[in-house]
Amino acid sequence: MTVAADLEKSYDAGKRKWRRAWDSLSIIFRSRVAVVGLSIVIFWILVAILAPVLAPHSPFAQDSAAINKPPTPTHPLGTDHLGRDILSRLIYGSRTILLLAPISVLCSVALGTLLGLIGGYYGGLIDEVVMRILDAIMAFPTILLYLIIISAIGPSAFNVVLAITFVGAPGIARLVRSLTLDIRVRDYVAAAKLRGDSGWRIMFVEILPNARGPLIIDAMLRVGYAIFAIGTLGFLGLGLPPPTPDWGGMINEARKYIWTNPLGVLWPAIAISSLVVGLNLFADGLREETTRYQ
Amino acid sequence: MQQARRAPILKVQDLAIAYETRKGDVQAVRNVSFEIRRGETLGLVGESGCGKSTVAFGIVNFLGRNGRITNGRILFQGQDLVGRSEEDLRRLRGDRIAMVYQDPMQALNPSLRIGEQLAEVLVVHRGMNRKEAEERCIQMLHRVYMPDPASVMRRYPHQLSGGQQQRVVIAMALLNDPALLIMDEPTTALDVTVEAAVLDLVEELQKDFDTAILYISHNLGVIARVSDTVGVMYAGELVEWASVEDVFLRPHHPYTQGLMRCVPRLGMDKASSYLYPIKGRVPPPDNLPPGCVFEPRCPYARPDCSLSRPDLREVAPGHWARCLFAEEVARLAWAPPEEVPVRMAAAHPAAADEKPLLRVRDARTYYEVPSRRLGERKQLVKAVDGVSLEVKRGQTLGIVGESGCGKTTLVKTIVGMEKATGGEFEFMGVDISVPVSKRSMEIIRNLQMVFQNPDSTLNPSFSVGQQIAWPLRRFRNIPRKDVRREVVRLLEMMKLGERYYDRLPRQLSGGEKQRVGIARAIAGLPAMVLCDEPVSALDVSVQAAVLNLLLEIQAELGTTMVFIAHDLSVVRFFCDYIAVMYLGHVVESGPAEAIYAPPYHPYTEALLSAVPFPDPTVEQKSIRLSGSVPSALNPPSGCRFHTRCPRKLGEICERETPPWQDAGNGHRIFCHIPLEELRKVEAVVVVPKRNQ
Repeated sequence: MTVAADLEKSYDAGKRKWRRAWDSLSIIFRSRVAVVGLSIVIFWILVAILAPVLAPHSPFAQDSAAINKPPTPTHPLGTDHLGRDILSRLIYGSRTILLLAPISVLCSVALGTLLGLIGGYYGGLIDEVVMRILDAIMAFPTILLYLIIISAIGPSAFNVVLAITFVGAPGIARLVRSLTLDIRVRDYVAAAKLRGDSGWRIMFVEILPNARGPLIIDAMLRVGYAIFAIGTLGFLGLGLPPPTPDWGGMINEARKYIWTNPLGVLWPAIAISSLVVGLNLFADGLREETTRYQ
Repeated sequence: MQQARRAPILKVQDLAIAYETRKGDVQAVRNVSFEIRRGETLGLVGESGCGKSTVAFGIVNFLGRNGRITNGRILFQGQDLVGRSEEDLRRLRGDRIAMVYQDPMQALNPSLRIGEQLAEVLVVHRGMNRKEAEERCIQMLHRVYMPDPASVMRRYPHQLSGGQQQRVVIAMALLNDPALLIMDEPTTALDVTVEAAVLDLVEELQKDFDTAILYISHNLGVIARVSDTVGVMYAGELVEWASVEDVFLRPHHPYTQGLMRCVPRLGMDKASSYLYPIKGRVPPPDNLPPGCVFEPRCPYARPDCSLSRPDLREVAPGHWARCLFAEEVARLAWAPPEEVPVRMAAAHPAAADEKPLLRVRDARTYYEVPSRRLGERKQLVKAVDGVSLEVKRGQTLGIVGESGCGKTTLVKTIVGMEKATGGEFEFMGVDISVPVSKRSMEIIRNLQMVFQNPDSTLNPSFSVGQQIAWPLRRFRNIPRKDVRREVVRLLEMMKLGERYYDRLPRQLSGGEKQRVGIARAIAGLPAMVLCDEPVSALDVSVQAAVLNLLLEIQAELGTTMVFIAHDLSVVRFFCDYIAVMYLGHVVESGPAEAIYAPPYHPYTEALLSAVPFPDPTVEQKSIRLSGSVPSALNPPSGCRFHTRCPRKLGEICERETPPWQDAGNGHRIFCHIPLEELRKVEAVVVVPKRNQ
């Protein structure tokens, strides 16, 4: 009976929750890709948190003696056209982007999940109406959609979040809907219906928790897209109003001086791409690892 | 066993196979040795996860990227297959080993016509020209009793029924005249009548082609039917290997004996007999007991058993067993465990005049099929078409029939998951012909369901305790602080105990999941529980435990049950009344014992003759139905069974709906053949008398 005894021991009440948490975390560390991705993301998160400590200057301080200068000991990455320290602006810029991107993705996940659940669970006419409206939104090229929305409501942090939510929701709704269609025919959903449970309870207790795996991975990839989107909007001058340090905006400003000071474009571009690549590696590694032994 | 007759085609010696997993290497198979001679069938039987399929995949070197053979030899026609390169293997094995899987669609390419796929085998392997090959294929299809082979050659796989697809796969396997045919659960996905026909075919082909067959199945009945010798596997080891009679009548290993006691044999019922499940569960392959693998579950276990791993040894001529005390075990009269539960039957005798708890009259459930072309009229699938049933309080009604007969639709209509098209449905005196959302809480509470698939019956995201607590709180007025205690009480009733409270479904075995599903269904103390094949996805040893559990619940709570199943032995054991369904109709109904004895409805007779029994000495009539079940879109006129009925009278069967004939004691048969004629039919199954 040693088998049973061992099993018993491992299920000891207090340790169980930690074990579970550790089990799910340890998946990350099995995938080298995910670890590399996570390291890059954590690097940027640390930079954002420690910005006041790390930044050598204020992101707004102008040094009229050094305009569009290449790296010097006082300005390790050089300065921009107003003589501001690029390194400091880069460091503070990570704060905006790491705040806005996850918030906008959270909002679009919330909206998309709600629509997808309703469409998938109820089906029929409700589904048709919801999905056709979302199809109509998806028919527009995303960049065009961003331009229309931002030019209509004006550039601001809040409006950027709003635009990304609106543009991202249809894709998430489609994903959640297809997961819902798969899950709603399972027996535990039938059992819930037979208990006379409400539609809301079935959607949020029986269906949504079991759709979370693919949803979380999709959301992580979307944070990467959102960073791109914020960068693009910044580049087009539709992002955060100046002088807020914004990576996309920095590229846009430095673009005009690309022949005299090419590094001014390069640094923020590297920042954006490293963060996006990090997030994608993390999401891909995680997805691969979760599906490997099935 | 007629040894030394011919050299073995396949000889497996001390085979061990390991899979690489996250937690390191796991030994899936150890010390497996057996041999198969020409013209002989070895049946490999065991419960899920015992490694029987792994052995088959090891022989054909299909172990996948993470599997490998770690020890032993596989001699095919005298040549060792282990450790050879892919190219060597192809040369040695050539086209001499063929394999048939459980799902025929895995073996057939859905986008190629049957003819192309079959002919290709000959064109590629034999270098035949196309025309010659096609002729040979038609002959082979004819050989496997495929109706109209020439037209089948031009069809695509999806245009054939499951049984026909499996025949095509078998024909394909035989085209190369293989020396060894490996069949891995080839009939598991098929209905009993189709299964019986395929098994007949296997037996016949083995004689004609003189092929050696390795037949893998979890079903003891099927193994008893097709095998010459039987190997019993448990936890990756071969624990017994002997002729089919020896294994089934004189089992020498405690596990084999345990298996035999788990399965209800036809004729057993809950009043006169009891199923004895094997205690405990199969040890996980990464955590095996140090001694004999079966020791923790063995009723005869002694201190010596946990010291060293016993070898497979010859305990009688031609009879091999892996047990230290095999000779004693075979002789010892086995004593049932002390906690034998009380007999269940007649615990709640229904008074003859009592009003039925559930009454269904002329129930009809039709589905609309969306029209394919514009302007076409909508077609109706008449899944349930005029069914009348009654169930009295405390009784169990069994519904049997093959897939597509409408039994699940009927149950779904009763619980309100499908909308009834017509008919009267009355439960506890209340009309229930409305969907579940329009029923009162009282009716909902009293009518609950147990589902078939243990893997989808529980919500994977919530703990066992949470899932049982919710219906408790919903249906019963239990103070919040007492909910946990009540859940634990229910868990104990399910023989699971409090330690299961916080476990997630993925940490449970199939049988445990099913128990939690049952606990969830009875949490609100329903008057009636509908069970849709509750044990058909479970291993036999677990199946026995779950059936016993249902019986206990019934005895304790007086729950009325409707029990759907396709296993006729289980239904006979479990149910008081039985209804046999065919194509949306009930064709025969009555007390359980009456259904299994003449007079039979011709369909019931055919069903009974098709059931494989776990006893090689049973004498069974061989009635095989021709054709396949007609479409419910356009059911045959008159008696729906007339297109396949072996006792068809003539035109009257095609023209007129048959009358209900009363054979007494509530036994009714829906047939034109006069009762006197039906009474003259001999019993389908004769079990030889034996002192056991």
